[in-house]
Amino acid sequence: MDTRKEKLPYGIPGHNLSEIERDIPVNEPPAWPVNKDLNLIGKRVKRIDALDKVTGKAKYTSDLKLPGMLYAKMLRSTVPHAVISSIDISKAKQLKGVHAIHLIQNEEKDGEENENGKYPMVKYVGQPIGGIAAESLAIAKDALALITVKYEEKPFVIDLGSAMLKDAPIVFKQPIKQQEDGGDVGETHDGSKGEGNVRGPSTSSFFGGPRGDLEVGFQDADVIVENTYRTQVHTHMPLETHGVVVDWRPDMMTVYASTQNTAAVRNEMASIFGLPKSKVRVICEFMGGGFGAKHSAGSFGPMAANLAKKTGRPVWLMLDRQEEHIAEGNRPNSVQFLKIGAKKDGTLTAIQQRSHGTAGVGLGAGVGRIAQILYACPNFATEQYDVLTNAGPGAAWRAPGNVQGAFGLEQAIDELAEKLDVDPLAYRDIIDKSEVRKVERERGAKLFDWSRRKAPGSGEGVIKKGLGVGQSTWPRFVTLDSSVEVKVHRGGGVEIRSSVQDIGTGTKTVLAQVVAEELGLEVEQVTVNIGDTFFPVGPGSGGSVVTGSITPPARNAAFEAKKELLKLVAKKWETDSSNLSMKNGEVFNDKDASQKMSFKEATGLMRTSQISKVESRSDDYGGFQQPWGLAYGDLGSVQFAEVSVNTDTGFVKVDRIVAAHSCGRPLNIGQLESQINGGVIQGVSYALYENRVMDNSTGHMMNANVDQYKTPFSMEIPQIDTLIVEEYNARSSTDAYGIGEPANIATAAAIANAVYNAIGVRIYEIPITPASILTALNKV
Amino acid sequence: MEDKKQDANPGSKKGFSRRSFIRGAGLSTAGSVLLTTNAFAFEYEEGYSEGKEYGPGATLIQLKVNGSVQTLSVEPRTTLASALRDHLDLTGTKVVCDRGSCSACTVYVDDKPVNSCMMSVFDVVDKEITTIEGIAQNGKLHPVQEAFIEHDASQCGYCTPGMVMSCAHLLDNNPDPSLEDVKRATRGNLCRCGTHPHVFKATLDAAKKSS
Ligand code: FES
Ligand code: FES
Repeated sequence: MDTRKEKLPYGIPGHNLSEIERDIPVNEPPAWPVNKDLNLIGKRVKRIDALDKVTGKAKYTSDLKLPGMLYAKMLRSTVPHAVISSIDISKAKQLKGVHAIHLIQNEEKDGEENENGKYPMVKYVGQPIGGIAAESLAIAKDALALITVKYEEKPFVIDLGSAMLKDAPIVFKQPIKQQEDGGDVGETHDGSKGEGNVRGPSTSSFFGGPRGDLEVGFQDADVIVENTYRTQVHTHMPLETHGVVVDWRPDMMTVYASTQNTAAVRNEMASIFGLPKSKVRVICEFMGGGFGAKHSAGSFGPMAANLAKKTGRPVWLMLDRQEEHIAEGNRPNSVQFLKIGAKKDGTLTAIQQRSHGTAGVGLGAGVGRIAQILYACPNFATEQYDVLTNAGPGAAWRAPGNVQGAFGLEQAIDELAEKLDVDPLAYRDIIDKSEVRKVERERGAKLFDWSRRKAPGSGEGVIKKGLGVGQSTWPRFVTLDSSVEVKVHRGGGVEIRSSVQDIGTGTKTVLAQVVAEELGLEVEQVTVNIGDTFFPVGPGSGGSVVTGSITPPARNAAFEAKKELLKLVAKKWETDSSNLSMKNGEVFNDKDASQKMSFKEATGLMRTSQISKVESRSDDYGGFQQPWGLAYGDLGSVQFAEVSVNTDTGFVKVDRIVAAHSCGRPLNIGQLESQINGGVIQGVSYALYENRVMDNSTGHMMNANVDQYKTPFSMEIPQIDTLIVEEYNARSSTDAYGIGEPANIATAAAIANAVYNAIGVRIYEIPITPASILTALNKV
Repeated sequence: MEDKKQDANPGSKKGFSRRSFIRGAGLSTAGSVLLTTNAFAFEYEEGYSEGKEYGPGATLIQLKVNGSVQTLSVEPRTTLASALRDHLDLTGTKVVCDRGSCSACTVYVDDKPVNSCMMSVFDVVDKEITTIEGIAQNGKLHPVQEAFIEHDASQCGYCTPGMVMSCAHLLDNNPDPSLEDVKRATRGNLCRCGTHPHVFKATLDAAKKSS
């Protein structure tokens, strides 16, 4: 590709801002200056669909009602491990209002235990078996109760520890083909390594394999910290559950889905039903939250489609709260052994990590990445094991692996600092090479007033205060398959189209900002139509990739459309289009102040009704660290926590979090704050409240609801101060990245460190409950 | 809606009873759930348990929603939330837990916020129902709605209608609330995206602006 040289802003304003020259593709727009010199970018632009949301007009998948629509309900297993010997649907079929029943049948042989089985083997409570479509949800539920499933039950195992024992019941005898989902246990799909329920170890990630020599590293160490940290299983629980409405007509299957990835759902449905992709359309106009688990069509998607096929009517199939908890994903737990060595001057000499975690019947419980990359250390090795259990599958959950890993790593770093007799924040200045985190530490510490921090456990009285810090990193990922169409209509009006969806982060708004900025318009003059696979393909909302992936193509497409429009104006004014610019809704001739016209007038010059430009994403300026789209740089954060611990009751309250974050060029401050707040609150929840409680004797989740599955409500929300550090990397035409995942990584670690600072005893396991505090204080 | 015919008695106001799963889970239960999980624990009279039973089939009733009277045919087990969403297509009211634990389904019954998933629609036939669709007056948004837009107080937006209802009710009854008051008013409202800080800010700002 032809390139030109261009100077772009580089570094952190107020710290080390400079310029860097890069080769950029010739057809890309000129570099934007830093945010303060832009109109809309980096400002508090209102969310463009906020009005729909605050008035209740926004229609989510769960709200849809199509003519003739039927309501469906899934039939799920009630036992954790079994062969299904028979299913009696005769009574259910006869119930008035029931239109179809679909049972999931074995397509291929299901392994040695179930050779001739008609139905797939049951591996966890909640596994889908079939579905019913009826006139109303109530009738579908009634019909469900009339189905009898006979099981030949098998021994099962629910908890991590028991599953690892030699004589534990085996969850899968055969190799597992399922892809791992987000964690680090990647190369064990063939199941050839490991024993029994244990799969692994995985010893590398996309950052490479082990480095240096651990033994040498630990010999060099003057101090060593060595501990085991434990994190719990918790479930996603987005407010809108997983689900779809499938409208299957002869010429087109339309799937309305509450999904983080319209394109992936389209591809999956097309492949399952043998349809060309052009005959499947997935639409997601609004979606009620997703934190990693809503990337696929699941089993509910095909189920709804099968029922739609059988009945010839549209089918609504949304899960209920209990199904959401038990079957649609969770963040796997972990037992992490961590050993870190350092010299007297603080230099790290070796990091060793070994972790076991269970994603139930899924894979991907690895936690190794953050220990591998957060701090430079010459000697590093990790072993990540997945342990299979008879429980619902894990799924990517906001920074998979890193959140769990940070909980261990960031406490170990604090322990090391204490052994070296250095302040934990100052210690990070010594060992952390990241410039952006350095600035975050400085600015964050000032806002938080870190200097108040006292010696651990030194507070007087029953309620002890504590301050702690935690850091994070998350890679910059880019989805290359990201494209946007920008249309300029004759007589005014600009439209953006992409299949990318908005899961609540504000994707619609940042797209409008970028295009409006490029065209010198207001956000209100741009219409955003996304979440529809009829439009050019966009990325899935996961990995914090969306902003970094989709805003450059949007700007590039707007730039191309603008060029074409300006050519028309230039012709009229008999000048060269390079003299023209667009701002404040007008076209100007920079060489002749007398020549200007409104944007609307300019579009009146078009000979056809629209200018349409579709652009996709070029590689990052300066290339990628990994060719598939691992970009250079990290999305770093430093979070500070202040807690109060009641040493009589064990009650922990998080009083305040200061969250200092970077995301490249910030696009929308209000929306960034929202996402950081959300990440922090979920971090508080992870540290103190959430926990999936399983009954080991039946395999059922005991708190699959909202009352007993504890999450923070208003009373538990700390004061949160966000601090966004602008950081220019000169990597694309917008140079922006996401923040969703990084926002969630450091919080639990910072809270754990603050709890230690308060009571002087370290807690190695989350959630930190009153009982664990009292136990730590030897009070029970 | 196509709820026309049926054997009902749309004029009748009091004395309905419910069957099926909702039996016994009327207002008093909702009240006690509210005490633990929702902001508003109002004392309700159980005004329904006497009189005739309806069902098992559907029954025609009239409901006064957002100022207009609607006729709908509902089964005895129908909750207010389901009546609004499934029968009147007022889907701004969300159902998230369906058991009084999250306040996503908050509507006003005679100006008091309740969890509509915990109420039988038969208990409210003679009452005024206000939903999220009905709190903007004469085309003008409620100040809380304005402030939610201003302060980016929704992310995915699924909890937002319930949040707005809780905050708007607070402001309608307490023009000068403290942060603590706002927290108390929304203490039953689950938001998984974590918009709370902006919800608090928005509500306090709306109070400041309208005072
Ligand atoms: S849906 Fe009614 S309180 Fe949760
Ligand atoms: S904004 Fe998503 S649940 Fe509140």
